[in-house]
Amino acid sequence: MALLETRNLIARYGDFQALFGVDIALEQGETVAIIGANGAGKTTLMRSISGILANQPDAVLFDGEKIGALPAPDIVARGIAMVPEGRKLFPSLSVEENLLIGRYGRTVEGHWNLQTVYELFPILRERHANPGTALSGGQQQMVAIGRALMSNPRVLLCDEISLGLAPVVIRDIYAAFPRIRAAGASIVVVEQDIGQALKVADRVYCMMEGRITLSGAPSDLTREKIHAAYFGVA
Amino acid sequence: MAWLDTIIQGILLGGLYALFAAGLSLVFGIMRLVNLAHGDLIVLAAFLILVLVSALGLNPFVAALVAMPVMFAIGWALQFFLLNRTLGTDILPPLLVTFGLSIVIQNGLLEGFTADSRRISVGGLESASMALGPINVGVMPLLTLASAIAVIVGLNQLFYRTSLGRAFRATSDDPITAGLMGIQPKRIFATTTGIAMVVVTIAALYLGTRANFDPTIGPARLIYAFEAVIIGGLGSLWGTLAGGIVIGIAQTFGAAINPEWQILAGHLAFLVVLLVRPRGLFPRAVD
Repeated sequence: MALLETRNLIARYGDFQALFGVDIALEQGETVAIIGANGAGKTTLMRSISGILANQPDAVLFDGEKIGALPAPDIVARGIAMVPEGRKLFPSLSVEENLLIGRYGRTVEGHWNLQTVYELFPILRERHANPGTALSGGQQQMVAIGRALMSNPRVLLCDEISLGLAPVVIRDIYAAFPRIRAAGASIVVVEQDIGQALKVADRVYCMMEGRITLSGAPSDLTREKIHAAYFGVA
Repeated sequence: MAWLDTIIQGILLGGLYALFAAGLSLVFGIMRLVNLAHGDLIVLAAFLILVLVSALGLNPFVAALVAMPVMFAIGWALQFFLLNRTLGTDILPPLLVTFGLSIVIQNGLLEGFTADSRRISVGGLESASMALGPINVGVMPLLTLASAIAVIVGLNQLFYRTSLGRAFRATSDDPITAGLMGIQPKRIFATTTGIAMVVVTIAALYLGTRANFDPTIGPARLIYAFEAVIIGGLGSLWGTLAGGIVIGIAQTFGAAINPEWQILAGHLAFLVVLLVRPRGLFPRAVD
């Protein structure tokens, strides 16, 4: 049984249908990448899994439990944390407060706490008293990832974490992934950078116009197949 | 020395206005909700204290302590079951609903208590005074200002030193992302209004012990509260205290010139601040 699964997931914004029966699965300890062009439905998929968009209960399963209709706070409580697109740090909170808010209401200890997050991203310790939004884009992304880790999630959803960042910064951020996995989290990463996605993922799903158009291990996916699934042209 | 006396009396009066305004500032700061029934809720709390004093024979300060959890529960339920439904991008629904609530509270109180003026007696404290150097100040006004400062300090401690305070600020910044942190924004909003109602109860204690009140005086208290909040800067608690003091000093100076000018002077001070600093004296850095 997959750790996280979507089954025939459909999502709408009013009359506009954004997802058309999306099926994906994430196994324990795996990293799965979702790739696709702008408007393919990747972020909508993340919002549906994380509870921002409500769905049918059985459209999302976590460890066999139907969680599709649960609101975001209940999803986090079950062990799925999200790094949202655009970081979405809280402007009125310092770096350290942004991290601490990630474990709001949690009493159970796990691997991730302030100390271990600071070890993962040492620059954050130096900037701990700064407003979160006063940091560079890369450092903000580190705060956003650290904040999500503070809840000690079993699944980490990362939505476009490389967007707008310099290649060297992206490399530093992805360098943290092995430690995150080693600490027990499985990862779903949404990426527009195909090369990066193929490098980091065990399996890749490609989306186009709200549908999964291709899936498989990176080694099985040829450039031509990805091109066709990504852009819809052969 | 008369001018010094006027300033000190103004500062003390400002404490009362700051208490009127602190709850309003709190609710606006967290939810961007303008509660037009705020003044009526102060009057409701004053009647609750009055009932506890007259029916149970409690000391007014003890009665206020008893009233606080009751008002917290009323505020929590009001927000959770009613006002949360009005929140959104459109500012009109909360204005309309709280305006309606104001009318409901006023008429409910008129039904229950008639239009007679009431007062909560604190015995000898009402006329007690003490010397502050060359100036004599009333004990009750001094207690009012001390309470206002204690409320502002307490709220600041809650906001900046506790996990709940972080959740308040995070929810105020972005309720959707706050949900991703495990925070339940609707409960945070309800807790905010509950705490605001505790502050309202403290304001009601001093309203009821320092002046006569009846079911219809709420809207006038709302105006003072609004002015204090706007002078101080929307959402800033220390600014709200400063705003209350500005109105208090303006009113006592106005009254010193001509007793009929007391209220007018407060409103003029508000207009002047609005012209010079439209975002108030201490606006929040993040809006």
